[in-house]
Amino acid sequence: MSRPGSRLYKKGVNQNEDPGAHMFTGTTHTAATASPETRLLFTLEKDAQDRKVHLTGKEYYSEEGKTFELHLTGKIKQQLSADPTLRPEYLSSLGLTKFTQRATEVALGKRSQAILENRVLGVHTPGFTAAMRLGAELLRHWYDVNAAWCGPVYLSSPCDDSLAGIFQAAGIQDIREYYYWDDKQRDICLDKLLEDLETAPEQSVVVLAASAHCPTGADLSQNQWAVITQLILRRRLFPFLMLPAQALCYGDLERDAWPVQLCASNGIELLCAQSFSHCFGLYGEAVGHLLCVLKHNSLLLSVQSQADKIVKSLWSQPSVGGARVVATVLSNPAHLVEWQGEVKHIVERCMLIREVLRERLRLLGTPGCWDHLTQQRGLYCCMGLNGQQVEFLSKWRHVYLLPSGCLNVSAINGRNLSYVAESIHLALTTSL
Amino acid sequence: ARVFYSSGNGPSKGEQVPQAAPVAVFKLTQDFTKDQFPTKVNLGVGAYRTDEGQTWVLPVVKRAEKIIVSDDRLNHEYLPILGLPEFRSSVSRIALGDDSPAIQENRVGAVQCLGGTGALRIGAEFLRCFYNGNNNTKTPIYVSAPTWENHGAVFTSAGFQDIRPYKYWDAQTRGLDFVGFLSDLESCPERSIFVLHACAHNPTGTDPTQDQWKQIAQVMMRRKLFVFFDFAYQGFASGNLENDAWALRYFVSRGFELFCAQSFSKNFGLYNERVGNLTIVSRDTDNLKRVLSQMEMIVRTTWSNPPSQGARVVALTLTSPELFSEWKDNVKTMADRILLMRSQLKAKLQALGTPGTWDHITEQIGMFSFTGLNPKQVEYLVKEKHIYLMSSGRINMCGLTTKNIDYVAESIHEAVTVVQ
Repeated sequence: MSRPGSRLYKKGVNQNEDPGAHMFTGTTHTAATASPETRLLFTLEKDAQDRKVHLTGKEYYSEEGKTFELHLTGKIKQQLSADPTLRPEYLSSLGLTKFTQRATEVALGKRSQAILENRVLGVHTPGFTAAMRLGAELLRHWYDVNAAWCGPVYLSSPCDDSLAGIFQAAGIQDIREYYYWDDKQRDICLDKLLEDLETAPEQSVVVLAASAHCPTGADLSQNQWAVITQLILRRRLFPFLMLPAQALCYGDLERDAWPVQLCASNGIELLCAQSFSHCFGLYGEAVGHLLCVLKHNSLLLSVQSQADKIVKSLWSQPSVGGARVVATVLSNPAHLVEWQGEVKHIVERCMLIREVLRERLRLLGTPGCWDHLTQQRGLYCCMGLNGQQVEFLSKWRHVYLLPSGCLNVSAINGRNLSYVAESIHLALTTSL
Repeated sequence: ARVFYSSGNGPSKGEQVPQAAPVAVFKLTQDFTKDQFPTKVNLGVGAYRTDEGQTWVLPVVKRAEKIIVSDDRLNHEYLPILGLPEFRSSVSRIALGDDSPAIQENRVGAVQCLGGTGALRIGAEFLRCFYNGNNNTKTPIYVSAPTWENHGAVFTSAGFQDIRPYKYWDAQTRGLDFVGFLSDLESCPERSIFVLHACAHNPTGTDPTQDQWKQIAQVMMRRKLFVFFDFAYQGFASGNLENDAWALRYFVSRGFELFCAQSFSKNFGLYNERVGNLTIVSRDTDNLKRVLSQMEMIVRTTWSNPPSQGARVVALTLTSPELFSEWKDNVKTMADRILLMRSQLKAKLQALGTPGTWDHITEQIGMFSFTGLNPKQVEYLVKEKHIYLMSSGRINMCGLTTKNIDYVAESIHEAVTVVQ
């Protein structure tokens, strides 16, 4: 999940010319229609201003404003590159076994009942999006062998702008929203969320962020999860959980995954997409995982063979490099300790920036309540700014937020903090 | 009545999921692995092996990886959706040639993909959306008879409903059925999509001659057929990059707009890094821009950002004169070993007086050979001689070594004389 891309192509773009004249219809008139995020990115790139501050990136940025790989990651990579036993062979379609085992364990916990009963499938995928796409493709064929399931799938409002497109690309057209972030409360509105899901038809798929919700950074509490899992059980909904930045909220892989464990321990069948890019600094290396928790072991083989078939027609098998690093670290207690130390630093820095930003806004007398900045965790937070205010920021202050008014806190640092705080203050106090 | 489970969130979704048939070549490998016979031979897998029967990390790849892993200035961000820029431009260039007019006219684009499979899939998705009308799933897709076993699945999964064979392999002559091929080109619906193997046809190893390619191009241009090259063996077939790219470059020089799915799994030995590319040759820069913008949207919902490791190795190698030279040597080493095994196998079969002609073993090119053995003879080889090959009679030449070639030749001789 990197730069925001364009909204999904529209079907039925009219073409008016002789088919022989142009090779491809639909592309003869328009390039892909650009989403607000793409237009934003375009503006950002053209902005030559030295003071421009880019708060829309998906990666974790250091104090120097750079992405980086963990020191441990670099070390392991060196080790692996000198390892003569690593052979250039095709992997199986489901990927590196050592990796899927570890990834499954950090999502469900080593002593998970589901793992013991052998009703869990883990598929190593080339990144988080790929995991979501594989999950969507599996869902399409699950309900009825003879008919393709086409939804509904419920996504949070707001959510990452590529999610709808992923399900639609898999042939699932009926995409709906459930209420999630409330601008006024600057928090999740559980009542409205439950209202929306209460009316969802049975067998609907509900996409839920287990942690590190993108783009708001607002995560459901344990109590809220308890209520939601009861609803899921009662309404017979199918949860598709997301862990795009596992470990970045609390510095602990398993802790970020506890909603997955809660659902599993309630006997709920689920899918979960994971990524290890953020917590290892392996952004360019496509380290994703799709977890399938089934009701019965007897179903495992058939789901596995369907996954194999789908993968073979998409990418054949995943890329191995990044997964080897993750598997190596997660299998070695000494590495784990070292890894935890580095991730802790990332998590603490994010928390510190949140505190400092909140304090700065308080000192400036910026209207509104900013408690949510420190109550939430992880990379993102929603500033509650409206479209006009977001535009004001980009146009007049060259400070770029996502169109939803959310930003990546790690992109704030010692050099731009004052400017960013002032800018937000101005956006909220200038009459537009 | 349906049985509803009383616990959990309703009837299991997985309940209805049908089990898919296993892909044959991987089952073959499984059986081989389980076999305890001391002199068993695996002629079924699709990866290069040295004369010691080992996989081979290309020395140039080791060097490139070392450079990359010690490079402090590396940017550790997600790659752009379309991939690493230096990879995209250098691999399109290696396919089309530095002096390609299409490149000079700025009408060549590229999408870095997850292996050759990924490139085929992205190309197929695009064609289904925008070629021959919008979302025209009825456009026929023609794949050679036989072809790589995954071609059909990729295009079907992309939404195409009509996958058809075009005549290719002539079992009688053990060569190309050129007349049949041409007749399919003449009789198919206009604007059909044809998947062509740029070189080293998989699984037959039989490529059209240059003259034959010229005729094929002529018909395809006249009948407005879409050209989709599968180019997985550049350098690996003849040992020469330019020779292996001849057909592709010829078509481009004739003015075709086309797609070319490239794979660097074999010629770089980067099987598990998934290094592929979709090269797009468009009518002009403007169209290319639009095509790429649509490609970006398709990629965004598939894997979003491709993996960087393999692409960096390839890009670095292709753009550094010393590494490039070393790579060409490494590729030639692989190609030469295969050529040696071909000539030795044919010589031994002829020396044994094995019935039939065996010229096709050396006339065919690339990793694979269609031996012409029938399924019964194949079964004999597998069961009685513990030599594993596809029931189509396809063998991977890389499975042959100087140590096992006598055993294999004798076994083939036995199979052909004992089993009809």
